[in-house]
Amino acid sequence: MSDITKKSLSELVKDIKDKKLSSEEVTKAFIERSEKSKELNVYITEDYASALDKAKKFDQKPNLDLKLPGIPMAVKDLFCTKDIKTTAGSKILSNFVPTYESTVTQNIWNEGAILLGKLNCDEFAMGSSNETSFFGNVQNPIDKNLVPGGSSGGSASAVAAQLTPITIGTDTGGSIRQPASFTGTVGLKPTYGSCSRYGIVAFASSLDQAGPMAQNVKDCALLQEVISTFDSKDSTSIDFKRNDYSKKLTNNIKGKKIGIPKEYRIDDMPKEIEELWQNGIQYVKDCGAEIIDISLPHTSYALPTYYIVAPAEASSNLARYDGVKYGFRAKGENLIDMYEKTRSEGFGAEVQRRIMIGTYVLSSGYYDAYYLKAQKVRKLIKNDFDEVYKKVDAILTPSTPSSAFKIGEKKDDPVSMYLNDIFTVPVNLAGLPGISIPAGHDVKGYPLGLQIIGKAFDEQNILNIAYAMEEKIAFKNKITDWWIK
Amino acid sequence: MSNNNSEYLISRKNNQYEIVIGLEVHAQVTSQSKLFSTSATKFGAEPNTQVSLVDAAFPGMLPIINEFCVKQAIKTGIGLNAKINKRSVFDRKNYFYADLPQGYQISQFKNPIVGEGKVILDMPDGQKEVGIERLHLEQDAGKSIHDLDPQNTFVDLNRSGVALMEIVSKPDLRSPDEVNIYIKKLRSIMRYLGTCDGNMQEGSLRADVNVSVRLKGSKELGTRCEIKNVNSIKFMQMAIEYEANRQVDLIEEGKTIDQETRLFDTKKNETRSMRSKEDAHDYRYFPDPDLLPLEVSDSFVEKLKSEIPELPDEKKKRFIEKFNLSPYEATILVSDIETSKYFEDVIKNSDIKLATNWIIGELFAVLNDKNLEIIQSPISAKNLSKLINLIKDGTISGKIAKTIFELMMDGDKDPQKIVEEKGLKQESNPKAIEEIIAKVIKDNPNKVKEYKSGKDKLFGFFVGQVMKISGGKANPQLVNEILKKNL
Repeated sequence: MSDITKKSLSELVKDIKDKKLSSEEVTKAFIERSEKSKELNVYITEDYASALDKAKKFDQKPNLDLKLPGIPMAVKDLFCTKDIKTTAGSKILSNFVPTYESTVTQNIWNEGAILLGKLNCDEFAMGSSNETSFFGNVQNPIDKNLVPGGSSGGSASAVAAQLTPITIGTDTGGSIRQPASFTGTVGLKPTYGSCSRYGIVAFASSLDQAGPMAQNVKDCALLQEVISTFDSKDSTSIDFKRNDYSKKLTNNIKGKKIGIPKEYRIDDMPKEIEELWQNGIQYVKDCGAEIIDISLPHTSYALPTYYIVAPAEASSNLARYDGVKYGFRAKGENLIDMYEKTRSEGFGAEVQRRIMIGTYVLSSGYYDAYYLKAQKVRKLIKNDFDEVYKKVDAILTPSTPSSAFKIGEKKDDPVSMYLNDIFTVPVNLAGLPGISIPAGHDVKGYPLGLQIIGKAFDEQNILNIAYAMEEKIAFKNKITDWWIK
Repeated sequence: MSNNNSEYLISRKNNQYEIVIGLEVHAQVTSQSKLFSTSATKFGAEPNTQVSLVDAAFPGMLPIINEFCVKQAIKTGIGLNAKINKRSVFDRKNYFYADLPQGYQISQFKNPIVGEGKVILDMPDGQKEVGIERLHLEQDAGKSIHDLDPQNTFVDLNRSGVALMEIVSKPDLRSPDEVNIYIKKLRSIMRYLGTCDGNMQEGSLRADVNVSVRLKGSKELGTRCEIKNVNSIKFMQMAIEYEANRQVDLIEEGKTIDQETRLFDTKKNETRSMRSKEDAHDYRYFPDPDLLPLEVSDSFVEKLKSEIPELPDEKKKRFIEKFNLSPYEATILVSDIETSKYFEDVIKNSDIKLATNWIIGELFAVLNDKNLEIIQSPISAKNLSKLINLIKDGTISGKIAKTIFELMMDGDKDPQKIVEEKGLKQESNPKAIEEIIAKVIKDNPNKVKEYKSGKDKLFGFFVGQVMKISGGKANPQLVNEILKKNL
């Protein structure tokens, strides 16, 4: 049984197609392991009974032409799923059951996959450690009391702990790549406009993007080709030619020009991160790629820019959670009182902090100094990338400035927490694709990730580079199943 | 341009004050579906039956611009002789209210779809130009219903997300009368274009009225007050008169006017303070990240231009030049698209002069009397045209025509049939008329003598007698001719 959960998505798809395994066997295996893994707290909502039903139904009439035939899968609880509670990790949506399905999850079910349940995440995807979730901390399977990163912390832990063969997260400032890096998994943030935002609980509309999280690059490529579709229900969805990323995947990256941005060599960066980066550079060289030193001069402004733009959009996006129409409602003396109590009790501290920041930067008298200026800087950051992409095909950086930290370690220091996103945030501001792959371990044995940033719509290229590097790195996650008694 | 004779001034002791008015008209776009969703927009539907997940702001729902509404706004801009902005931006106007599900209204703030334009008003003493500042697209809010339950407020989201055009005028209006004519002209233009039905009872046209006053001759604008959401022309006029007088009184007492938002109480006929400038909402406008800037091409706008029908000003010009109507007649006939259609239908087959007189005279009297719109006219254009032809070809006299007109109203009867059934055909046979005249001369020898001795005025008496005997049917022209000969 445990052998099944150790298999990669691609192996499971092959075994089901070859009729070596049934969907029911696979589904049962992941459910059983999930049942034994409650201590990790990755699930907010389990849907096991229904998953087994669907698996049995699939086996009765298996459609083996699908890309994800009978594959069970848990998804981040930010994706609206029809008739299944969708909380966004918040008390304010703790009783919310959508009557509709997000486009991304619908694409997944259309290819034959089966929902196992909804995965824990930071409240409204605001956080870098999964500690802001109303439903409690998620444990990183790498070590006890270690954060899995965030906001897609439940997703990252679930893949690393092999409770789901693959999953999807969302990435607004690093929420896929940072937890992937912390858990030794692969996470891709696609180009803005690649995956539809329809039915995803919004955090910051101009930055939010769904993406795959997997054990390896090939699985990641396969899920990306399933979830990325043009969608007329999202005005920011872009109609470009999408590849069959997994079929076109190649480790031949000879002659590719890889940029190394000097601004990512930040002060106080741990030595092991610097070493990891150097190793990464050597790996791509070994693959026949060319290394080019580049400059992204506005990098240091990315984090402050992000922490103006994202909270501004969030403060408006979250206005709809007012207790009037759905979700949690506190009793109030009158309308205003009800609003105040509902939102004070319904939102956690980090969400309230960002709503306050966002409201402030949009206020009259401050708009020009903060929001408008941030938008201008955002443009400069994008221009930096446009400029270097005249010379290089992709950019290689560390994914995070450190490995995973202990639960509680940074909880009361938001700025230190925000600094976690320093390498991932510029990618969202520029709307580019970025992938994090596991590339080594620190002295404690915690995984470290490298990030490959691509040109817009050039997911294939960064997947190929990641694929080639993966082969060279031959990373092995050190997971002891410590939580299974 | 305004003529001094009609100047509207408020007098106090030695001072005369002028009113300065600007309007923000909210016109509901005529469209089957809402601005950013596919929900229906029918008026009067059961509460909350025309609400999509987008309108109710469910998590993860996204707005999709309705192209038809964009076309309607551009057409309206063209009708207002305004600049069409090739690039416009939708912004979020953030505020909390129970009937605003998103917690923000999607509107256009810095970059509206339509820029500056103008509207020409036909005043009794000439034309007046009113500047248009801008026109932008925005969502309507839902409706809070406070009077169904003592404890709770109910919310109807049918209107939530319906497309509105906010048309902002420059502060060019100077009297309640000008406001009346301005609103009617806007309404007329939009009805010609089919972009807004202008139905004020159903709330398709409402306005925020900005009022300030200043001493006559002053060039400075006074402090203005905004009267929110007035939904009839009559109330606008009442509100302006009250508000202007209130402001003048304050100035006369040496007090200052506070810039504020006020409400008009239709029962008490007064405006009341709603919130002061200090309490004004900070709407935290910013571009809606769910929507890309709206870009329209030259050819898109050109194509819409080619679809613009003849508008009231052009039509009026044509009526004057082609049909020889007076400016007064033309203004009346073009004021409403349905009236102009009716008129043009009638004159397709009948005399223009007679048609003009009959429509403006008899028909309008009936419509006014019965409080009917022209499309509800009890007499169709086709039958009015027939009636006019019966007059023109001498089959009936104008006097008989009025009798027939009355009879036609009962079920839009064919005037030809009435003439036949009631035997109202005009007597135009000279022999028959001569016989009647001979009888009248014979029966009134004394009058004949008096007439012949120079009492010319008696001619009318003889005409009257002849008409009386003929039952009004004798052709008046023939009666005149033959009488003159035979007397």
